[in-house]
Amino acid sequence: MWSYALKRAGATLVTLWAASVIIFAFIHLIPGDPIYVLLGDTATPDQIDRLRHELGLDEPIVVQYLQWAGHALRGDLGQSIFFQAPVTRVIADGAETSILLATMTMVWVVLIGVPIGTIAAVRHGTWLDQGLSGVAMFFASVPTFWVGLYLILIFAATLGWLPSSGYPSIFEGGSGNLRYLLLPSLTLAAPNAALILRLTRASMLDVSREDYVRTARAKGIRPWQVVRRHILRNALLTVVSAFGFTFAALMSEAVVTETVFALPGIGRLVVQSILRRDYPVIQGIILVIVVLYLFINLIVDLAYRFLDPRVELQ
Amino acid sequence: MSRDGITMWLTPFLARPIALIGLCVLLAMVIAAAFAPWLAPYDPYAIHPVSRLMPPDAVHWFGTDQFGRDTLSRAIYSARMALLIGAGVVLFALITGIPIGVFSALFPRLGHVLMRMVDVLMAFPSLLLALGLIVILGPSVANSIIAIGAGYMTTTTRIIYGLALRLRAETYVEASRSMGSGTGWLVVKHILPNLISPLLVQASFVFAFAQLGAASLDFLGLGAPPDIPSWGNMLAESRTFITRAPWLLFFPGMMIVLTAFSLNLVGDALRDRLDPRFRDVFSGEG
Amino acid sequence: MLSVRDLTVSIGSDAAPVDIVSGVSFDIGKGEILGLVGESGCGKSMTSLAVMGLLPQPGPRIRGGRIELVGADVTTLQPWQRVEAGHGRIAMIFQEPMTSLNPVRRIGDQIAEAVRVHDGLSGAAAWTRARELLEQVRIPDAALQLSAYPHQLSGGQRQRIMIAIALACRPQVLIADEPTTALDVTIQIQILGLLRDLCNRLDMSILFITHDMGVIAQLADRVAVMYGGRIVETADVATLFGEPRHHYTRGLMDCMPVRNLGARRLPTIAGQAPRPGTIRTGCVFAPRCVAAQDVCRTATPPRLALGEGHEALCAFPLDAGRPS
Ligand SMILES: Nc1ncnc2c1ncn2[C@@H]1O[C@H](COP(=O)(O)OP(=O)(O)OP(=O)(O)O)[C@@H](O)[C@H]1O
Ligand code: SF4
Ligand SMILES: [Mg+2]
Repeated sequence: MWSYALKRAGATLVTLWAASVIIFAFIHLIPGDPIYVLLGDTATPDQIDRLRHELGLDEPIVVQYLQWAGHALRGDLGQSIFFQAPVTRVIADGAETSILLATMTMVWVVLIGVPIGTIAAVRHGTWLDQGLSGVAMFFASVPTFWVGLYLILIFAATLGWLPSSGYPSIFEGGSGNLRYLLLPSLTLAAPNAALILRLTRASMLDVSREDYVRTARAKGIRPWQVVRRHILRNALLTVVSAFGFTFAALMSEAVVTETVFALPGIGRLVVQSILRRDYPVIQGIILVIVVLYLFINLIVDLAYRFLDPRVELQ
Repeated sequence: MSRDGITMWLTPFLARPIALIGLCVLLAMVIAAAFAPWLAPYDPYAIHPVSRLMPPDAVHWFGTDQFGRDTLSRAIYSARMALLIGAGVVLFALITGIPIGVFSALFPRLGHVLMRMVDVLMAFPSLLLALGLIVILGPSVANSIIAIGAGYMTTTTRIIYGLALRLRAETYVEASRSMGSGTGWLVVKHILPNLISPLLVQASFVFAFAQLGAASLDFLGLGAPPDIPSWGNMLAESRTFITRAPWLLFFPGMMIVLTAFSLNLVGDALRDRLDPRFRDVFSGEG
Repeated sequence: MLSVRDLTVSIGSDAAPVDIVSGVSFDIGKGEILGLVGESGCGKSMTSLAVMGLLPQPGPRIRGGRIELVGADVTTLQPWQRVEAGHGRIAMIFQEPMTSLNPVRRIGDQIAEAVRVHDGLSGAAAWTRARELLEQVRIPDAALQLSAYPHQLSGGQRQRIMIAIALACRPQVLIADEPTTALDVTIQIQILGLLRDLCNRLDMSILFITHDMGVIAQLADRVAVMYGGRIVETADVATLFGEPRHHYTRGLMDCMPVRNLGARRLPTIAGQAPRPGTIRTGCVFAPRCVAAQDVCRTATPPRLALGEGHEALCAFPLDAGRPS
């Protein structure tokens, strides 16, 4: 187990290194002199000279990468052109919103996807199953922002129950401010819950055909106990392994969702930074998200192995 | 295609009427795209300031937008953009994925390295990868295709790699190798034909996801130029008017849903009829 | 103990059912081992699953007949319903010990689960009983193995675990569906010995399913020979081996390795077992029978009573006393 964890962590580091090369190259691939890319068009000659020296832009590209990576490791992701502040600070400002949004979304995804997927699997082949599966497929085929706009139209604009945009920090306004994230998290949860629902259903059906489920039935345990103790438990192993992918989908869709609801998170920050040509911020956010994603994948993979006793011997 | 071939491709749909409906919807989309000038009741670009934001009625079935343009006509023309993006992304994914995947399976040593590089690309969430590429390339229709395609190229390559590995291992391929046939012949003769049906499944899913990806880019203003009719652009414009003109939100959105839903139905039906050897590569989601 | 009458299991629609088990009847007395023997695909597993109330759903279903367990009609009941109704003292072990245990739960949990249902014990008491059961099936280090996972055990060990789970149900009837087919010969002999021993000590009846006549000869008290979804001959084990009357039984015996010592290739019965639903009239064995007459293909053969507990489904049975 430990040697596996070490090996897996090592592989993750290699991937991270390769990804960091790509992210570093990003700035250099944008048409134009990197110095203007990094400082914007309004930079003074003085600033330009200083940064050119600081980043060693006159040095060979390998040295530049090493310097950039060294800074990044120490938490220095450069300066934002628009905010005239460190990128790390700018990202940290958006982190609260994004982390809360992602957490609430995951709670919805698990609370909706797993139980309803279970019901669909248990009622396999009935009208209920077909209806639920149809709804799931519908939500897997819907653009995220469309769901968001409809939720705004219904719950904010028409009924006036919930706010339609913005998010004041819970550290200033108290946990009541979480209501600002209710519609966005539901929006973001819709396609991902649909995915987990479909996956739960499919893997439960797979597991229920296993011989050991027949053994469990032969013991005379009640059907729902068979489902809970034998089918669901084993099927969830597959579902857990899909959470890494869900996180990636969530990150993608958060960009759109935060834009729809005008949330001050890092998703909307990406879009705004693109429009503002604030390239260092874009680069920093991509780096942070890739690191997070690789880390979550690592955790999910190890958790999966930890939950499945068979792996021990392999 | 022989009669048998046609029957083979049709059986999944005959066995599942709902998938047949999906196929019909897709056919309708293709027809709408091909014959848009004849089908659309109005010029999709024609501005009529007098009839701005008119709700659906007998004259404008889907209502009009803030410039008085006919929503139905714009929605019909948008099918062109949808098909273009979908087909473009699928082609991009296949043209990059087939050579890389098959090559990697045939030459394991180099292949392993190549697949690790694909893994690295997979570390970027798809829309983020697309946005990064758009920043480098600049927003345009062609660049939308590349940006979205890059994300699906990775999953497609992985699937092709897995299938090709399995096919390679199969004894008959081994047998024909030991008889001294060249590698090129081996690929064409054994692997490629066997990839057709699983790739058709993958293509339907990628086509569906490409619709959603393109809509997102358009919505963010980073996709097709705003004057080009596309469902994503229409939705982006509708945002300001959702309370005054909810039909602007409804119709283009429904078109996207209908297209993606139909593609998913078709993909599911094809997958369930797939050779069981290949089914598990799609056990996750596309 | 167990009485099965005219059991018919079918697949396909209600309008056009295809029988995979048709009109099967047998009885098993207290402490008796009945061997059910036949080629692959003849319906042995479907019969046993139907008796156990475990037919896979959706799929095959019981279309007719009656299953009685110690006098109680349990035909349509699943195991948990039988437990509720107080007729749950029947258990089953399966052909594939490698896949029949849940890979992610401890051995002890899987046994204790059955103990809880049938003995109403819980917690530590269930665990203690599980350890006793492991000792009963002669697993060394029983206490230690309770917390093992299935993948840590060999095939033979797992089949013992399966037997322990079955015993946890305190069965009066145990169904064993080819329990040793997947095991190698020495392990097979140990498991058979264990079953025989348990049968004697616990006074348990066993329905033992196999396609191996040799195993039948060792273990069974009585034998039912199955072909094409029907029981074609029943007799006690000595009579069946001494004077088989059905042509299929005779064919099976001619194929036994012990009777062909030194032969290069084992003889086989010419032809293939029929697929369900392909033979609709006459005797199911007719296409492969050396003694088939025209009437065999048109009329259903009679069930002949040939002596004490000896029956054969044949119009022209072999002569009694003919050496085999
Ligand atoms: N789920 C099912 N649906 C439809 N037909 C089935 C199903 N399971 C088995 N059958 C058919 O029923 C017949 C009897 O199968 P069964 O498993 O009872 O045979 P068996 O005698 O146990 O053979 P074996 O020695 O191989 O275990 C076979 O012809 C098989 O094809
Ligand atoms: S009834 Fe006829 S065909 Fe069938 S076993 Fe007897 S002799 Fe053979
Ligand atoms: Mg069987």
